[in-house]
Amino acid sequence: MMTTASVSAAAPAPATGRTPLVEMRNISVSFGGVRAVDDVTIDLFPGEVVGLLGHNGAGKSTLIKVLSGAYHADSGEIWIEGNKVTIANARDALHNRIETIYQNLALADNLDACANLFLGREELLGSGLLDESKMEDATRKVMGRLNPNFKKFHAPVAALSGGQRQSVAIARTVHFNARILIMDEPTAALGVAETKVIHDLIRQLKKEGIGIFLISHDIHDVFDLADRVTVMKNGKLVGTVRTQDVTQDEVLGMIILGKMPEAKTAA
Amino acid sequence: MGAIGRLVARLEVDPRLFGMIGALIIIWVGFDIASDGLFLTPRNLYNLSLQTAEVAIMAIGMVMVIVTRQIDLSVGSVLGVLAMLMAVMQSRMLPDHIFPYESPWIWPVTVGFGIVCGIVVGAFNGYLIGYLGIPAFVVTLGGLLVWRGAAWWVTTGQTVSPLDERFELLGGGVQGTIGGTASWIAGAIGIAALVFSALRARVKRAAYGFPVRPIWAESIVVGIQCLVLLAFVTVMNAYEMPELAAERLAQARGLPIPEGGIHIAEGIPIPVLIVLGAAAIFSVLLLRSRFGRYVYAIGGNPEAANLAGIDNRRMIFWVFVAMGFLTAISAVVASARLQSADNAIGTGDELRVIAAAVIGGTSLMGGIGTISGAILGAVVIQSLQSGMTLLGADSSIQNIATGIVLVLAVYLDSVYQRRRRI
Repeated sequence: MMTTASVSAAAPAPATGRTPLVEMRNISVSFGGVRAVDDVTIDLFPGEVVGLLGHNGAGKSTLIKVLSGAYHADSGEIWIEGNKVTIANARDALHNRIETIYQNLALADNLDACANLFLGREELLGSGLLDESKMEDATRKVMGRLNPNFKKFHAPVAALSGGQRQSVAIARTVHFNARILIMDEPTAALGVAETKVIHDLIRQLKKEGIGIFLISHDIHDVFDLADRVTVMKNGKLVGTVRTQDVTQDEVLGMIILGKMPEAKTAA
Repeated sequence: MGAIGRLVARLEVDPRLFGMIGALIIIWVGFDIASDGLFLTPRNLYNLSLQTAEVAIMAIGMVMVIVTRQIDLSVGSVLGVLAMLMAVMQSRMLPDHIFPYESPWIWPVTVGFGIVCGIVVGAFNGYLIGYLGIPAFVVTLGGLLVWRGAAWWVTTGQTVSPLDERFELLGGGVQGTIGGTASWIAGAIGIAALVFSALRARVKRAAYGFPVRPIWAESIVVGIQCLVLLAFVTVMNAYEMPELAAERLAQARGLPIPEGGIHIAEGIPIPVLIVLGAAAIFSVLLLRSRFGRYVYAIGGNPEAANLAGIDNRRMIFWVFVAMGFLTAISAVVASARLQSADNAIGTGDELRVIAAAVIGGTSLMGGIGTISGAILGAVVIQSLQSGMTLLGADSSIQNIATGIVLVLAVYLDSVYQRRRRI
């Protein structure tokens, strides 16, 4: 069972009966009278990248913030590896090894890379004080793997480039052994070369069996990386398709029209 | 600038700390020249250190408050009500009902009572701000009025004096010091601690194979710290107890008075020791503990802190509890120094404390600030006031000068920040 799972990981096939890494079933979220997310069901398998597409306000960020513990769903269930879980806050999400990388709000700009990497999960000495050396050591090791040129371990992350900041955020995922990674517009603020670095990192994480939800405006980005795309419009699920089965124009049609393309069935 | 800039970079010292020390030296030397050598005397520096203590202790707490993007405008009034409560406790309640007059138990019970009251006020503020979400500016602006009014009600406006004799020692009066010998010992312990911690950090970094700063740079930094400490102890010990007081003390202890008068070194005043102790404890808390890490994280990016699983509301609550605790300590020092308490004690302190923190490099945008900087800021403000008093400038001029320095300091800091970003 498991061996077939890892072999077929690159081309996910929910029909085979494998257990998804994450299933969000019938999730609804309302703000006041507005249904930001309306009865949406999505899933994610190990080693898979699922792109979440849609206009601003389509509800994709809201949906994913339910998974990262920032918002509460009014109804619906979250299943992780076949077990129903409750995610009431960010701590619960981290507990389930769900990490989130936001475009710009995940780092405390005034703290250095090491402090950010361990934020909320600091290593302590017997005396209860921070074990700075242990944390710096781990930071140097992870960053050495992800971004060997990185040297500014003691500078506040405000002084780092966009790509360096994202690699610090990604280092959290790697160090804490996440199995589910949520990336919200990870390359929106980056230049071409830095975007490529992040794309390579995503492929590397995928190879290690991590499941990734990738939220993006950029349909090229998504086609480059994702195995499947899920499209949302006005809080509702339009559909999920395999990127190998559709063209970019067809997906654009889903985003704009909110309809599945002709003769395609949901993946 | 180039050579000095490179040296500062090699020493890995915050350039702003460097700038602040430079500014302080200019202020001191300037006043010394203007006053024909009256400013840099042991007597004046001793008094300066005493006068700084009240603001410096609260500035430690204010750094934490401002770093978490909050503000506390009520500290002066809270100091007032706490000082009044403690005054009534030690001079009326305790001697009338519990301990005999002049009992050695009066001062510790009074101080403990004051600290509990300070923590309760801080917790109340923290609850309103952290959990009920009322802006700190509003809560503490209200507190500024409420607690000043409450200070009047404690005795319906009467001044309470005298205070307990032992309590008054905490204010650093003529006998409120630890004396010459103990001061040398304290200085030696301080130097040993500085050298030891620098060595330990170095050995640990080397063991992990991290880069360490060159040994000469390390020696310069630690050496300067030790020299400052040594100079401080020397100056405090160079200030001698006034002759009459010394003779009285000698008589009380049955000591003979030698030919040519008696010379007793004052040594480090107790309030200064309190400042140093509080600064050391809270610096460890802020720089080496999880609590401090979260204080900075909340100030740097509250949303990121929240996403990392930090309970921002709880942290803000505890920061205000710490502020209340430190305000109580400051109330002890302030009333003990004045040897009395009235309902005006601490008036305007909130502004001096905030100014000290801001001059010391604390950013009102949150996330940035150090305790050592805030204490230096307190010394700067007090130096300006004390120096101008020495020159005979009246308080209106002092206010004008302090205000200008505050704005100038923040302006220079913002210029520095902008240049660093480019």
